[in-house]
Amino acid sequence: MNSDVMFYLLAGMILVFSVLTVTSRKILRAAVYLLFVLVSTAAIYFMLEYTFLAAVQLTVYAGGIVVLIIFSVLLTSHISEKAIMADTKQSLLSALAVCAGAILTLITIMKFAFVPSAEPAKTSTVTDVGNALISYDRDGFALPFEVISILLLAALIGAIIVARKEKDVDKNVIIK
Amino acid sequence: MTGTIPLQSFLVISTLMFFIGIYGFLTRKNLITMLMSIELILNSVNINFVAFNKYLYPQNLQGHFFTLIIIAIAAAEAAVAIAIIINIYRNFRSIDVDNVDELKF
Repeated sequence: MNSDVMFYLLAGMILVFSVLTVTSRKILRAAVYLLFVLVSTAAIYFMLEYTFLAAVQLTVYAGGIVVLIIFSVLLTSHISEKAIMADTKQSLLSALAVCAGAILTLITIMKFAFVPSAEPAKTSTVTDVGNALISYDRDGFALPFEVISILLLAALIGAIIVARKEKDVDKNVIIK
Repeated sequence: MTGTIPLQSFLVISTLMFFIGIYGFLTRKNLITMLMSIELILNSVNINFVAFNKYLYPQNLQGHFFTLIIIAIAAAEAAVAIAIIINIYRNFRSIDVDNVDELKF
């Protein structure tokens, strides 16, 4: 009973702050609303007893990505600058398309009879997660783990190369 | 912990969040706010994976690890996207999609 109230509170928070994220005129506020959405999602993971996942959500999403977004907002726009919104016609058409898609999906979800499994839940403590990430048997995830580490390294180097200032190139142009 | 909450409640939340993200992606003009809409979409997919894992296949952890990997990919994507956005800002002095039309034919 108690967890029900908590769940619907979190659901309401997620929906309200999602709408505010995409409609707020001030970009910095939109970033903070996004932070609230991500923290509420982490709370839902805690309710589902995936504690490690919730911790990762809090540290990587709420701690990492939102800070990155806020920094880039501060680098690229004035703090009181207001975002330009789409004109009324475009907003209306987008809202229409989005409502149609949402209603179709919701009807499909409500029609489908999901059968919850009665099997005992596998625990997901840090030990379980760590063992699964390095094992290569049937329930192991060693290959995705290695691939994702290479992807992260590539993204790290790529981001540095793309974002740094290219002084040497300008010099060459002047010499030529 | 989940008590009497049906699986459908989670799916309804993630559906609404997904389509709110799509709406933001279609109507926003600023590149950073479009990136935030993409984060909303990715997050709604994560909720779906976790809810299906918990309700339909609790004996496995596949949805859990899928979500973990999506979070890592979202972090990588955000880092590269923000590097590109900062570069665009240097060249155009603006990050509104209407002003960045150099490649437009």
